[in-house]
Amino acid sequence: MIEFERVGVRYHDAPTPVLREVSFVVDEGEFALVAGRTGAGKSTLLGAVNGHVPQFTGGTLVGHVRIAGRDTRDHAPRELAHLVGRVGQNPLEGFVTDTVERELAYGMEQLGTAPRRMRTRVEETLDLLGIADLRDRPLLTLSGGQQQRVAIGAVLAAGARVLVLDEPTSALDPTSAEEVLAALLRLVHDLGTTVLIAEHRLERVAEYADRLVLLTGDGGVRNGAPATLLAGMEIAPPVVQLGAALGWRPLPVSVRQARRLAPGLRARLAGADPDQHPVPEEPAASLPGTSDGLLARRIEVDYGTVLAVRGVDVELPAGRVTVLLGRNGSGKSSLLWALSGAGRIDGGEFRVGDTDLTRAGVTEVRDHVRMVPQNAADLLYLDTVAAECATADRAAAQRPGTCRAILDALAAGIPGGRNPRDLSEGQKLALVLAIQLTGNPRVVLLDEPTRGLDYLAKESLRRTVRGLAAAGSAVCLATHDVEFAAQVADRAVVMASGEVIAVGSSREVLASSAIFSPQVARVLAPAEWLTVGQVVRALKAIGG
Amino acid sequence: MSRHPATPLRRYLRPRQLHPGAWWIWALGLAVACTSTTNPVLLALLIALIALVVVLRRPEAPWAMSFGMYLWLGVFIVVMRTVFRIVFSGDGPTVLFTIPFPEPPEWIAEAGGTLFGPVSAEALASGLYDGMRLAAMVICIGAANSLANPKRLLAAVPPALYELGSVVVVAVSVFPQLAESVVRVTRARRLRADQSGRRHWLRTVMMPVFVDALDRSIALAASMDSRGYGRRGNQSRAARRVTSLLLLGALLLLCAAAYGLFDPGAFGGSGRWLLGLALAAAGLSTALAGRRSVHTRYRPGRWHLAETLVAACGVATAVGFSRLAAADPGLVFPSVHPLEWPTASPAALACCLVAALPAVLAPPTQAPARVVEHAASPVPTPRARSLRMGEAS
Repeated sequence: MIEFERVGVRYHDAPTPVLREVSFVVDEGEFALVAGRTGAGKSTLLGAVNGHVPQFTGGTLVGHVRIAGRDTRDHAPRELAHLVGRVGQNPLEGFVTDTVERELAYGMEQLGTAPRRMRTRVEETLDLLGIADLRDRPLLTLSGGQQQRVAIGAVLAAGARVLVLDEPTSALDPTSAEEVLAALLRLVHDLGTTVLIAEHRLERVAEYADRLVLLTGDGGVRNGAPATLLAGMEIAPPVVQLGAALGWRPLPVSVRQARRLAPGLRARLAGADPDQHPVPEEPAASLPGTSDGLLARRIEVDYGTVLAVRGVDVELPAGRVTVLLGRNGSGKSSLLWALSGAGRIDGGEFRVGDTDLTRAGVTEVRDHVRMVPQNAADLLYLDTVAAECATADRAAAQRPGTCRAILDALAAGIPGGRNPRDLSEGQKLALVLAIQLTGNPRVVLLDEPTRGLDYLAKESLRRTVRGLAAAGSAVCLATHDVEFAAQVADRAVVMASGEVIAVGSSREVLASSAIFSPQVARVLAPAEWLTVGQVVRALKAIGG
Repeated sequence: MSRHPATPLRRYLRPRQLHPGAWWIWALGLAVACTSTTNPVLLALLIALIALVVVLRRPEAPWAMSFGMYLWLGVFIVVMRTVFRIVFSGDGPTVLFTIPFPEPPEWIAEAGGTLFGPVSAEALASGLYDGMRLAAMVICIGAANSLANPKRLLAAVPPALYELGSVVVVAVSVFPQLAESVVRVTRARRLRADQSGRRHWLRTVMMPVFVDALDRSIALAASMDSRGYGRRGNQSRAARRVTSLLLLGALLLLCAAAYGLFDPGAFGGSGRWLLGLALAAAGLSTALAGRRSVHTRYRPGRWHLAETLVAACGVATAVGFSRLAAADPGLVFPSVHPLEWPTASPAALACCLVAALPAVLAPPTQAPARVVEHAASPVPTPRARSLRMGEAS
C-alpha cells in the first residue's frame, strides 16, 4: 500500500539530508509505527507519504514514494485526498468547518461525492468512530480525544484507505489516548485500513503495531517486527526493557504478554519491599521541615460557567517532586496557574514557607514560585537565545551568565545566536526552564513538560527535576505521561472534576491506580513496583 | 400514541435552524430601517426588539455568544459620538454648561470649529441621535452573526465563488483565534520576570501571537491541501483559465456599472445599459463556472415558509420606515434645531413590532444536549479495566 523506494529528502539550506536511501513497504491493513528521536525525520517521512513533502514544504525528494501504485511525483496531495488522510497532533488546527457533521462532510464535498452518498457515509463514519451523539456539537466544545476522533473520521469519510497520524495522542490523557487508539484498531481490523503512526510514547502504541519503522537518526531506517527491533533499544517501552533485562523469550511487547511470563519474577520479588529500593535514585534533600514548601488550602478557581478547582488542599513539600495527574479538564492546569500568581484564584489561601501569597501580586509570587506553562514557547519573544538569557539574568538580578549556565546544564551546546523559534521542542523547553529557574525559586511548577519530548530529552528533564529537588526546591509537575511520572515522582496527587481524589506517595497512588499505573506495576500487580530500574536493583539485592 | 399526521402548525414549529440567508435578509432590512431614522425612541425600541429576537432564537454555539460584544460596541459608539459633540462643541441656544478653554488652536479656528466652550442641548441631542443610529446598525449586523452561523452563510454562495468563499471563511476564523492567542500569551508573559515592563508589551506579546497565527494558518492550509481543497477533478487547465477570466471580466464590468450608478454623467446616459450588461455577464459566468464546479454540498440549507416570513419581516420594516419618512418626516427625523421632544406614532410602533415578529415566527432552535466534558465513551478501550481509584486515597 505504501512503498518507499530509495527515498532521500533534503531541505533547502540543510547541510545534510533528513532521509537517505529509505526503502520499506507497508502492506494493506498493516498498523505501522514510526519511531525515532526528535529531528530524525519522522514528520518528513510521514509527510512524504502523500507528497506533502516536498510539494508543500519545499525541499527536494529523490527516489520514489508510491501509494496504492501512484507515484507522489505525479500527483499533488489534494489529488490523493481520496486515498491518504493526514491527522496531526492538534486536530483543531486542521478543522475547516465548525460542527462535527460538516467537518466529516468537508473532504467529500471537495471530492464531489454525490449528496446522497455523502449522507450515508457521514452516518456510517459517526457510528464507526463512536461519535454519533456528538454530531451537532461545535468542534470547539469537544474534548481532545473527541476532536482527534472527529479528525480521523473526517479523512476516513472522504474514503482514505491509508491513515497517516503524527503523534495523535501526545496531548491526550491516558483514557482519551486509548479511545483514539481503539478507534484506529477498529478501522485496521474491520475495514483493512492501513495506518502509519508516529509516536514518542511507544508504551502506548508498540503492542498494537505489526511493523516498526525505526529512524536511526543518520537518515536511514530499520524496519521489522516491533519485538525484534526494540530489543536493547533505549526508547523501548518498559515491558520490553523488563523482558530484555530478565532474558524473556519471546520478548513481550504488551502488558498481557509480559504478565503471562512474569509468575516466576513475581515469586522472586515476593519477599522484597519496594520501599527499600526507592524509584528516584538521586537522593532527595534532607528535609529542613515541610514549612519550606508550598501549602495551599481550599483553593478555588471559578470561570463563571465552570468551577474548575473546587476547594483543593495541596501540599508541595520542599525537596520533593509531586506529580499531578488527572484527565484533561480535571483542573490541573487551573490549579497550577492559580498557584503561579498569574492565573485566577477565587478562594482559599496559599503560602510558601512563612510568606502568605494569597493576596500578593504576580511579581511577589514570582519571587517564590516559578511556572513553565504547557505552551512554553509563549514566554519567548527575543531574537536570540543569548538575548533571552541576558534578559532573564537582569530580571532576576543575577550576575550575567547565570541563566546560560543553567541552560548548558540542561541542554548543552545550543548556539547563543540561534533564534529561539528555530529550536526543537526539547531545546525550547530547556531554554524556558533555564529562564524560569534563574534566581533559584523555592517552588517550581511544570505544566505538561514532556509533551513532544523524545526519550533522551525526557531523561535530561528527569535529571533536572531530581536535581532541583535535591537542591531543596519543591517541584510540582502536571502530566499525562505515567511512565515519566513513575520515574520522577516522590508523591502523586490525582485530580478529577476540580477536586483532589487521591494523595500519597507515588508508590501508593500510581501502583494501585487503574488508569495511571505504569506498565511495570501492571505486570507485577498486586506488588507495587513502578519501574524496570527499581525491579533490577531489587533482584540484585536479593541475588547478592 | 397519536396515529394522526402532524398538523401543519406543529410541523412548522419543529425545532430547527433557519437558512442563514433568511436571518441576514431580516437583519439587513432592519439595518436599512435604522439608517432611515434618527428618532431615539424608535431606535431604542428597535434595539430592544432585536435583542429579544436574538435571545429567543439564537442557537447554542460559540459563535452565537458574540451578541453581547456587539451591544457593548453600540454603547461605545453612542458614548464616543456624544463626547465628540462636547469636545468640538456645536452651537445651539440652550446652553447646558460651559467648559472653559482659553483659545482653540489655529487650525481648528480656521476650519470654523470651536473647542470646548458652551455645550448646548441641541449639540448633545444630535450627537446622541447620530450615535444611536450607527449603534443600531452595528447591532443589526451583530444579530445576524449570532442568529446565523457566518460560515454557513459563506457556504451558501454560488458554486462559482466556492473557493473564494473558503478563503474568506479561513480569514474570518483567524480573528477569534488571534483573540484567544493574545489572552494566552498575555497570561504566560506574567509568569516571566522582566524589567522592560509595559513598554514592550506590543513586542513581547504580539511577537508570539503572530508567530502562532502564522503557524496555525500554515497548518490549516496544509490540512485543506491534503483534504482535497482546490482539486482540479477532470477539468482541463484551459477550461479553468477561461472560467476565471470570465469571472474577472464580469467583476470589472460590475465595478464600472457601480461607478456609473453613483455618477450618472459618467457614461453619458448609457449607465443603465452598462449595468444590465454587467449583471448579464456576471450571471452567465457564474452559471458557467458553477456547471464546471467539481464540488458538492452536504445538506444545503433549505428555504421553507418560515425563512420567507422572517425575510419578509425585515423587508417590510425597511419599506415601512421609508414610507414613514415620506409621510411624516418630523416623526422619523425629530428636529434638534429647535430641540423638540421625539415622539412615536401608532404606525411607527407597528413597523417596529413587525421587525420583532421573527421571535414568534421563526421555529425554535434545537438546543443541542449539553454533554459533560469527557462523557462516557462508546468506544470500548482495549484495556478495559475496573476502576480501582478508590483504594488509592
